[in-house]
Formats: sequence, C-alpha cells, structure tokens
Amino acid sequence: MPDIRVTVDGVRYDDQVEARRLLVHHLRRLGKVGTPVGCDTSNCGACTVLMDGASVKSCTVLAVQADGSRIDTVEGMASDGAWHPLQTAFHRRHALQCGYCTPGMLMAASDLLQDNPDPTEEEVREGLEGNLCRCTGYANIVAAVLDAAAEMRAAEMRTAGMHAEDLAAAEAPTERTPVGGGAA
Amino acid sequence: MTAAPESTPDTSPQTGRPLPRKEDARLLTGRTRWTDNIEPPGTLHVAFLRSPMAHARIGNVDASRAREMPGVAAVFTGADVADEQGSLPCAWPVTEDMVTPAHPPMAVDEVRYAGEAVACVVARDPESAADALEEIDVDYEPLPAVLDLEEALADGADAVHADAGTNRAYVWPFSNGDVDAAFAGADVVVTRRYRQQRLIPAAMEPRSVVCQPEEGGYTMWSATQIPHVLRLMLATVTGIPEHDIRVVAPDVGGGFGSKLQVTAEEVLLLLLARRLGRPVKWTESRSEGFQTTHHGRAQIQDVSVAADADGRLRGLKVDLLADMGAYLMLVTPGVPLLGAFMYPGIYKMDAYSFTCTGVFTTTMPTDAYRGAGRPEATYAIERIMGELAEELGMDPVELRRRNWIGSGEFPYTTVAGLTYDTGDYEAATDRALDLFGYRELRAEQERRRKDGDTVQLGIGVSTYTEMCGIAPSRMLGELNYGAGGWEHASVRMLPSGKVEVVTGSSAHGQGHETAWSQIAADRLGVPVEDVRVLHGDTRVSPRGLDTYGSRSLVVGGSALVHACERVVGKARVMAAHMLEASEDDLEFEGGRFRVRGTERPAATIQEVALAVFAAHDLPEGAEPSLDSDAAYDPSDFSYPHGTHLCAVEVDTETGAVRIRGYTAVDDVGTVINPLIVEGQVHGGLAQGIGQALYEEAVHDADGTLVTATMADYLLPSAADLPGFTTDRTVTPSTTNPLGSKGVGEAGTIASTPAVVGAVVDALRPFGVRDVPMPCTPERVWRALQEARQARNGGEGR
Repeated sequence: MPDIRVTVDGVRYDDQVEARRLLVHHLRRLGKVGTPVGCDTSNCGACTVLMDGASVKSCTVLAVQADGSRIDTVEGMASDGAWHPLQTAFHRRHALQCGYCTPGMLMAASDLLQDNPDPTEEEVREGLEGNLCRCTGYANIVAAVLDAAAEMRAAEMRTAGMHAEDLAAAEAPTERTPVGGGAA
Repeated sequence: MTAAPESTPDTSPQTGRPLPRKEDARLLTGRTRWTDNIEPPGTLHVAFLRSPMAHARIGNVDASRAREMPGVAAVFTGADVADEQGSLPCAWPVTEDMVTPAHPPMAVDEVRYAGEAVACVVARDPESAADALEEIDVDYEPLPAVLDLEEALADGADAVHADAGTNRAYVWPFSNGDVDAAFAGADVVVTRRYRQQRLIPAAMEPRSVVCQPEEGGYTMWSATQIPHVLRLMLATVTGIPEHDIRVVAPDVGGGFGSKLQVTAEEVLLLLLARRLGRPVKWTESRSEGFQTTHHGRAQIQDVSVAADADGRLRGLKVDLLADMGAYLMLVTPGVPLLGAFMYPGIYKMDAYSFTCTGVFTTTMPTDAYRGAGRPEATYAIERIMGELAEELGMDPVELRRRNWIGSGEFPYTTVAGLTYDTGDYEAATDRALDLFGYRELRAEQERRRKDGDTVQLGIGVSTYTEMCGIAPSRMLGELNYGAGGWEHASVRMLPSGKVEVVTGSSAHGQGHETAWSQIAADRLGVPVEDVRVLHGDTRVSPRGLDTYGSRSLVVGGSALVHACERVVGKARVMAAHMLEASEDDLEFEGGRFRVRGTERPAATIQEVALAVFAAHDLPEGAEPSLDSDAAYDPSDFSYPHGTHLCAVEVDTETGAVRIRGYTAVDDVGTVINPLIVEGQVHGGLAQGIGQALYEEAVHDADGTLVTATMADYLLPSAADLPGFTTDRTVTPSTTNPLGSKGVGEAGTIASTPAVVGAVVDALRPFGVRDVPMPCTPERVWRALQEARQARNGGEGR
C-alpha cells in the first residue's frame, strides 16, 4: 500500500492507504468526519474541501493523489476562536437547515470568493451550481455568500487602510462572531 | 456584546422573533453527529447484494467463496434469516380487504423490484464487504416486470404477487352529495388526465444505521424521522421486547418523508447485531439509496369538474390510480388518501366523488414524500381550475374568487367533510397579486402574444390549502391508521433556573431546538439561551410520535405549551407560599410572580425552582419538583393556505423554461420564528419546482431504474432556481393553543401547479392544454409541435 502524507487543517498525517481509497474516505478515517459523503457520482458537492487552496470534491480525488497536499476542511474554517465570515453569514441568513450540504457549500463558497471577491447574485448561483442543497432552495445561501463577500471586502479595506495610515492594528475592533455564539 | 446583568434576564417576547438557530453552531463547524460518523469499537460493516432484476425467482445462492474472503465475518442470504426476519410493517390498512403481501426484509424466494436485497456481507471494513459481494452468485429466473398501472389492472395481467391473484391492493371510495346530478345540471364540464411522475425524495444525508448490542439490549442509531415509531415496530417485527431497544436519531440530514419508514436495513441490522453480538453498521451509497429508499407520488389522476356558465362550481370527480410499488410499506396505501380530502381545495361545491385504486408494480414502494397526497390533490384541482377558467374565458383568479370560501364563512365544512377553522383567501390573494405585479405581467403577456414573440410569458396561479398538524388521533382511527397523532413534551426546571425541554418530535433540519426554546422562554419567562431542547433518543425522550405531516410545531409545540403551563401552575403554588400570598392574587409575567396591585417584591421562576429543589419549606402537600409533562392531541387538523403566483418565460423555439418571478404569500397562522418559516417555504418551493421542471424517476422496460444517480435524476441547483418573493398573512388557527398551522409542506404543495400552470399558460395561444411533468425543454417543445400539428390538421380538413 502506498505511503502518503497530507496536512489536514494544519495537522500532518502520514499513512498507508489502499490505492483505491478516495480522499473523502481517507479524511473520514482520520477522524475528520466534518466532511460528509453525499453521493457517488461527484454531483452533490457535500464533500468539497480545499486542496492546496483550490476547491475539490474529495470523492473525485484518490487519497494517493493528495500526497504532499494541504487540505482545508470545514473543521478548520474558524480561526483564532472566531468564525469565518461565511459561517457567520450562513448563520445570520439561515442559509442551512439540515446542514448536510453545509460543509461543502462553505468550502465551495470560500473558493468562489477567493476567485471573485465581489460576485453578482448570478455569479454566486453559477459558482455554487456543483453543490446541491435539498432544504433551503438556495435563496438564503446566495444571500449569505453575498453578505460574506461584502463583509470580507470591508475587512480587506480596513486592513489596507490601517496599513496605509500605519495605525496600531491591535486597537482595531473585530467584527467576527465568537465560535459557538452569535445566536442571541 | 455584553451579557445582560444576572438580575434582569432578557425575557422580551420570543414568539415572532427571527432568532438565528441554535442548531447552526455544530452544523457550520463540522461538529455534526451524523449516523455515519458513529462507529462503536469493534464495528463490523454490512453491505447488501441487491437484485439487478425487477422481478425474478431466486434460485441457488452460492455465497461460499464470499465467506472465504479476507475480513469477512459472515454472509447471510434471505433463506438464512427467513425464520427470524418477519415482515416489514404496513401501519395503514385502508380497507378491510386490502391485499397486504408479506414483505421480508431480505428476499427469500422472489425479488419484486430492482434493488431488493437478496444477501448481505458483514466484514471488517466497507471495502472488504464490497469485495465479497462480488463473489456471491445468485441464479435468477426472470419473471415479467409489471410497470404500467392500467396494464397491471387488466384481466390476465402478470402478477406482482402471484398468491394475491391481483395487482389491485385496494379500492377506496368517498363521495358526498349527488355528483351525477351536479354534472348533469352543469353548463360546462372539463375533464383532464394528469400524471404525477414518480419522484425520489433525495434527502442530502444518505440513510445510515448502526446497531450495537449492549446491556442486554440493543442501541440503534439511525438516520430516521421516527425513532419512537421505529422502536415499536422493530420490537413488533423481531419479537425483541420494546424496552430492550433504544433508538437514537442523532443529527439527521433531511428527510422529506423518506426517513418516515421502517426499513429492511434497520430490521436486518438489528438481527445481525443479535446474531453476531457485535456492533454493525451500514450506510447506503447514493445510487443504492435512489433504488431502495422509498419513492413518492406516482399516480394517474382522472379529474372532472362541472360548473355553471358563470363559473360557479357544481361538482368534482376524481379517479385515481396510485402506484404502490412492490410492497406496502409503513404508510404506502394511505398516502393518496391524505389527498382524498384535499381535492376540493378552498372551493365550495355541491358534490364530490373520489376513488383511489392502489396498484402493485415491480418497483420500489412509494410512501410519504413532502406533502404526501396533498401535492397531488392540489396539483389536480389547481390545474383544472386553470383549464376551466380558459374554457369559460375567465381570468383564473376571478374564477377562484367566485368559488372560494369567503373570509366571513369560517369555520366552513367542505364537501370532503373537513372543517376549515380559519383563513382569509382574499387577503392572501390580494397581497400576492400586488407583490407579483399581476396586472402588469398580464399586459406584458398580451403584448408578447400580439407581437408573436418567440419567448412567451405565462402566469400560473395556485390558491392552495392543506391539512396539516397530523393529526387528531380520533380521525386517524376513523381512517384505520395504526396509531394516534398526539405528541409529547416535558419540561425540567433545573435547580439553577435553567430549563431542559424534551420533545417527542424528532427534528431533522427544521430547527426544533430554536423554536421550542422560544416557546419555552415565553411561557416560562426565562431567557431563550437558558433553554436546551432534547430530542431524538428514546431513552431521553421516552414518548413521541415523531415528525411528519407538518405536525411538529402544531402538535409538539402545543404539547410544550401545556407542559409549560403545568410548570407555572406548580410554581405558582410555591411562589404563593414564598410571598405569603394567595395563589389567586399572584400574576405571572416575564418570569416573575408578583402580588397583583402591590409593590411587594417578586419571586422569579428561577428562585422558585431553587426553593423547590431545596425543598426545605414546601407548602402543605406540594411535591419537590416543578417538572411537568404533557401529551397533546389536537382537536382537528390545521389548514394553512396561501396564494402562489409564478411567471415563466418559455422559448417557443427550444422549449426552454425560465422562471421569471415567483411570489408566495402564505398564511401559516401564528409564526414562532419567521426566519425558519421563510426557510421552510423556500425549500418547499424548490422541491415543488423540482417536480414541475426537473425531477422524474424513470424505469426502462425491464423495470431497471435508469435515474439511479444524481447524474441522471436532476435535482435543481442554485443556478436552476430563481429568487423568491415571499410574504405572509396571518389568521391564527383555533385548533391549537399556539394558533400555528404548520409550514413544512406548504411550498411543495402550492408550487408545482403554479409553475406548470404558467408553462401551459404561456403556450395557450398555440393550443397547448398540458405539458406532462417534468416540463423539460423536450417535452415543452413536443407539446408545442403536437398542438401546432393538431391545429394545422384541423385547418386542412
């Protein structure tokens, strides 16, 4: 069995895997079960993760193909104890119901916003076409992605502005919602 | 954000507040507890060998090579478990003479649909199990597939169940009033045949089951909507005592009715866990699930409506053929009958007759899918109202106005015998017409027709109602349903003043944890974040009838209201004791008991809870607990309604349909959380639009499901769907203490006829009267060509 090394959400894993094992099954065997399996034809996108920064459906990648890669999953999306703006926007906009498509939807959306920080509604709809949701009818997902895009652009501007004026960054207020909070 | 000081907790009203959901935190961060994430130590993995044939006699099954494969713990064929597997239950014998064939969880002698399990492998991991399946040889002797409902009923038809001697499962009639007279005296009669294609519910989470023997019994985790019903049925089927079975529905990723089932896999995993004494696990692949998770709809509807020249409805006749599939599962035969009472919709008429014939075919059984019988009924009546309007040369909204129950006429007993408690069809319709821009769109339609635009505009109207809040136990009994329709809740006041709410209603994405918290917060006067809602585990939530039929809030929420009232009642006794006042002099508001009309200090419910816990100084005869239970049985159904309007653009050259606008104004009674309600409407619309335009389960002539993957069965994506314009009107229900009506199915029920009606409306100038669902570009184009040819042929004669 081939030896592979993948770094998942910042943790390095060295393993022997069957050559036929899919990346998503490898991730789940590592205990990274935040990424679910929704289909077997790469249509639903529930298993979407970032591989070296680009979104992939982890059921279309063999684990051995991910050798040497950095994988980011929904489990690593929040950082420094704060949700990613997409997570916050999904929460506020009620962009999830059962939540099964949500990990893939979030990862696909983050890739989309990386490529296009200021998308139109239509661009969001086209960009998320490969991720199916059976609960929400997508309206709130689209709204949440647009909200998050605006929030991320605003944060970018603030950061840029701060650099320009050489302000003490430590004083800047944070707009992020604490993990586990935001409901009340 | 600063927390409110301890002394003044936020007890502002929660009902009606768009509170983002409590559930979201775990779902957004990948910390969700799906069944497929559960794997007790020592778990063995199960894979099923499934019949590739729709109908065949099973000959020799040779599993000897599979048993020798590495990692394989055991292989069982249907014959191996024949003595203990029993028959999967049907809880709804709709008539006394209904044919109920035995339904072994694993086929023994004969398979009757492609995908039926004939053997299973239990192995150390899923790959080993899959490999071993390849080594099992089964001899099949093919039998004829039975697929067409009308052919199945013909004399000499091939039988799905040879023993039964017929493919007719049952005939269920209903009538009220003199239908023949109504039709004989009518100026106009319109007759149509509509086909409800077979649909695949396709919840995003595939089914998954884990069963572990422990403590002399068994714990089963299952991606189910019905942990309580499942426990009872597992006990009934296997003979294992009910109290030795614990069923847990952890986080469940959608259901839409497809997880309202007692499945072969659940029964078999329990039996395997018993045989092997080890935890066992099975998770379906998507294509396996499309074949073997029950399907929905699949009906042929012959509908006739009779009316006067001024549009007044006289009578309605419905003759239904309902595809049962190969077996009767949990509520298979009852699903079309849930529609039986809804064909008259919101309209007044003199007479109504309905007949449903249940038909066996060699296909996966049908059962509840979002709306269950009611979308079919609503589709038929709303489509034929459009046809009648066309026949009469009348605006379809005006035709409805002339026939609907007026807002001053409630409560109103319909020709189908249901009593609608409240509603205001005028208000919802007026609001919808306004938001939609009905008049402007009609003008544009006129313009495009006149200009001969290649892209035509169509407008579809759906003024629906549905029976929700399933259901009053008495009425379920009258329909021969095997259980009641009550729901249970309990409230535990913890010593610290925090609250645990236990509900028997089992959530799978709806947001019970948030909405129930809001109800409890209001009724107990505690902060919403002080409430935790527990559900989905028969050990935690001992009583319940689970989630389906838009019942959770209406029935389960009402049980919670009653349980909260009992808590407050007990607390009042203690508070009176603490405040040295008479109970009658106390008022309770915002979580505080106060002596009415005085400035005396109050006792908060948290202080009362602590004092009761300490129990040092209780009033005479009081028990040291505020905890309370309630089981609630509604007095009647609830009847949400609304007006949905859809505008589509149809390209007459390609047949492509684009939804230009969709407006939904729903009256779902009192709303606890508008964010959740709107989400339910959106999702419902997506599924109804899916039926109208995209989805269909297709079998080939041999009975093989050719749409067995998501590549072949088209679920709408974000790029396929429009944005929605939604609003609400409110007439509170009088059949439950919340005044809520239920919203889970509304969007699905209302939208399909609005969309197809719009497609047909766009093509009216060409003589098109129907486009079979789903209205794919090819079907739209064909309908157009056929209508044109018919017209040209007519002119040529």
